Amino acid sequence: MLRSGELTAVDLLASVLDRAHRTEAQLHAYLTIDREGAGRAAAQADADLAEGLDHGPLHGMPLALKDNMCTRGLETTASSQILSGYHPPYDATVVSKLRQGGAVIVGKTNLDEFAMGSSTENSAYGPSYNPWDISRVPGGSSGGSAAAVAAGSALGALGSDTGGSIRQPASLTGLVGLKPTYGTVSRYGLIAFASSLDQIGPLTRTVEDAAVVLETVWGHDPLDSTSHPGPYPDLREGLGRGVDGLRIGVVEELSGEGYEPAVERSVAEMVKSLSGAGAEIVEVSLPTFDIALSAYYLIAPAEASANLARFDGVRYGHRSGGATVEALMARTRAEGFGPEVTRRILLGTYALSAGYYEAFYGQAQKVRAAIQEDFDRAYQRVDVLVSPTSPTVAFPVGDRVDDPLAMYLSDICTIPSNLAGHPAISVPVGLDDTGLPIGFQVMAPALGETVMFRAAAEVERLAGFEARPRLAEVPA
Amino acid sequence: MSWQPVIGVEVHVELSSDSKMFCGCAVEFGAPPNTRVCPVCLGLPGALPVTNRKAIEDIIAIGLALDCEVSGHSVFHRKNYFYADLPKNYQISQYDIPVCHDGHLDLTVDGETRRIGIERAHMEEDTGKSTHLGETGRIHAAESTLLDFNRSGVPLVEIVSRPDLRSATEARLYAQELRDLVAELGVSDARMEEGSIRFDANVSVRREESEELGTKVEIKNMNSFRSLERAIDHEIDRQIELAERGGVVTQETRHWDEEAGVTHSMRAKEGSSDYRYFTEPDLVPMEPDAVWIDEIAAGLPELPVARRQRYVGDGLDEDLAGVLSASPPQLRKVYAEAAEAGASPRSAANWLVGEVTGWLRREGADPDALPLRGEQLAELVTIIDEGVVSVSAAKEVLEGVLAGEGSPRAVAQKRDLVQISESAELSAVVEKVVEDNPDAVASFRGGEEKAIGFLVGQVMRETGGRADPRAVNEILRQALSR
Repeated sequence: MLRSGELTAVDLLASVLDRAHRTEAQLHAYLTIDREGAGRAAAQADADLAEGLDHGPLHGMPLALKDNMCTRGLETTASSQILSGYHPPYDATVVSKLRQGGAVIVGKTNLDEFAMGSSTENSAYGPSYNPWDISRVPGGSSGGSAAAVAAGSALGALGSDTGGSIRQPASLTGLVGLKPTYGTVSRYGLIAFASSLDQIGPLTRTVEDAAVVLETVWGHDPLDSTSHPGPYPDLREGLGRGVDGLRIGVVEELSGEGYEPAVERSVAEMVKSLSGAGAEIVEVSLPTFDIALSAYYLIAPAEASANLARFDGVRYGHRSGGATVEALMARTRAEGFGPEVTRRILLGTYALSAGYYEAFYGQAQKVRAAIQEDFDRAYQRVDVLVSPTSPTVAFPVGDRVDDPLAMYLSDICTIPSNLAGHPAISVPVGLDDTGLPIGFQVMAPALGETVMFRAAAEVERLAGFEARPRLAEVPA
Repeated sequence: MSWQPVIGVEVHVELSSDSKMFCGCAVEFGAPPNTRVCPVCLGLPGALPVTNRKAIEDIIAIGLALDCEVSGHSVFHRKNYFYADLPKNYQISQYDIPVCHDGHLDLTVDGETRRIGIERAHMEEDTGKSTHLGETGRIHAAESTLLDFNRSGVPLVEIVSRPDLRSATEARLYAQELRDLVAELGVSDARMEEGSIRFDANVSVRREESEELGTKVEIKNMNSFRSLERAIDHEIDRQIELAERGGVVTQETRHWDEEAGVTHSMRAKEGSSDYRYFTEPDLVPMEPDAVWIDEIAAGLPELPVARRQRYVGDGLDEDLAGVLSASPPQLRKVYAEAAEAGASPRSAANWLVGEVTGWLRREGADPDALPLRGEQLAELVTIIDEGVVSVSAAKEVLEGVLAGEGSPRAVAQKRDLVQISESAELSAVVEKVVEDNPDAVASFRGGEEKAIGFLVGQVMRETGGRADPRAVNEILRQALSR
């Protein structure tokens, strides 16, 4: 529509901002809305198009960024008090790529502090709420991005996924969300949580939109040593080809106790539909999945304990006073970090300590290797693996804040793909009795995005998920 | 029963690569504070390290020069500790798999070769620099601290010796030898005063006959070779004295106080830090292949040890070979050219490390621009051997050559320094001296051999030093035997 001149990028931005204006009071999806910068970018997009300069499929598209991606001159806090008022001097690689692709960055979305959480309640700036039911969480940690896209205050968003932080909120808000293969999207400029697990990816309404965003932001980046040199898979090749002849593995371990019946029912129905569409369904057991969560909660906090050490008040961000530099650092960190971040730093520091390293961190690395082997074995028999994305639908705000273990269990289905570095996508497949969305996860081997998108597109078609949140708008 | 010191030395070498270890910032000593920095070396949120290939090449060169094995697979670790000038509050370093390991360095100590084991050479990044403002300049008394991150992320190679050193002097020689080696390799500026080489020492003592190692103490803050030697000597004495009084050496880190000439205990906390090492997840393993290592090996220059051996083979004694080997490259080039042109290597080397070096120092001249060619030096040596000029006159000839007055023969002519070798002219002078000094003549004739020396001296004086003393001696003896 932009190209035919029916609509301008400025109009599109205006409608998104209007939507944000009507919904933000209820959702708190954004921490910062960059009206000025977005306005300039939209005007530029229109001007470029008028001159015949088309930057690609994201040209003029208003998108949101999780606030753990650095934006030059635009406050970036990772939802932490410790980075309050921090304006990065550079753009993350994904941000540069979006800008080059003509996208309009609407603003920065809320997250659990430093991406540590599954509900976006661990934000120093207050929680975000689920557009489907504002008494419930939007999931996390990319909950702000999910809420914004679900509510229409952005057409798409980037999130980051360390243990499920894109897929679980996508699942809880009826969106498509995916974590690509580790190393395919540059982490340069992403405020690190757990470096060996973190990966940026899109949250969008449709599978095709997810492909468009991913194609724009991924690719080799010399600034990230762990970046995949290429070649990169074709995301379109499988779209529309259906699943006829595809071998689909259903993960036995990701069902049963703790899984809501509505979630299990939806997933089972989709598996049946896939079978009907010609896929060969195989029951697959990956026993190491049962210990994946434990390994994750040693590896991720261990890396985080070092990654977050730089926040000391010496060079940037929040600084508390102190008579000595040690006191200044200690006080800054005590005041600047929230309770969940503090908990994970302590956990990670402990796991790496002399005398405990082998029992904790060392052991967790062995489990990680075993999970990779389990996956490898499974992928000899099947092309993709499927499961629920989250054991439950969106849970009420406040329900799990005092029970970290219950909160951690939200990510039980998503964590294995992070530990293996594999791609995985969540596609909405239905609603439960109370009208809350349910997500279906498709996992694929490393650089298996082509087959993953092929299966996901068919899941999307079979589900025919058209529902939209029934968010009551506040009059503008 | 006597005590034996057991010493190991850790040498930190800052590489002089164009850019830092993990970012593109320039490595530049003396730049205005915080002007050679970027998100990576400032530890800004979201910044990621990318390994500098040249630095890896340099450490491999160091490893090969020390006969180390180069690891086909080696990884970076994070070393975690909080310090204001460490921007990420972890240092990217190496832990269990260094780039280079198990090598050695041969030292010549009192004419004997001592082989010092090299445990490892690993790669790491340097920290920023703190300047403590306050009366003492020490952190605990500082009123405020200034931080400069220009040095943050500069590539640093840590070379760890085995505890094979047995005296403070050996430790100093070892450190100096390493300094010469990295300078020769061209991988470091190797300037002590700029901190591009720093060292720590581990010292323990044991009974001479004991096989077991004593408790080691790490000493820090030595900023010259001399202070390294002094600090170790002091520490050895301290430990022996302590042990002889029945005391026990505690494992700790001690700080060398240059002015007071003593070491004192640093806070125990710093000695017993738990650095919680783990593999750096932001970097991939380094896997240098054989082709690359061979290329680096092929590019290695001749190293000081080999060069000294070559000089000894030329006929130079150990000391002279050592001094020449440590001389600026241009001097060594002139040496080689002079020897090639037929000069005796010994004479050429002596002139270079003596008079020529002295002249450079007096003039404050750049050795690279030395205005002396090998053939000129060879000519100088030749005209001395031929008796054209005396050794003392030759020094003046050299001055003239260095001043650009021409070839040694030309300068000798021009400055009227050619020896009087015509016996007629010399005989006249001799006769005059014999007449003028009847007492000395009588003594000589009376059997007092040394009186001839006096007479030779008189002749030399009369000729203004232009006579060949050997010829004078001969003619004098002939005259006196008449």
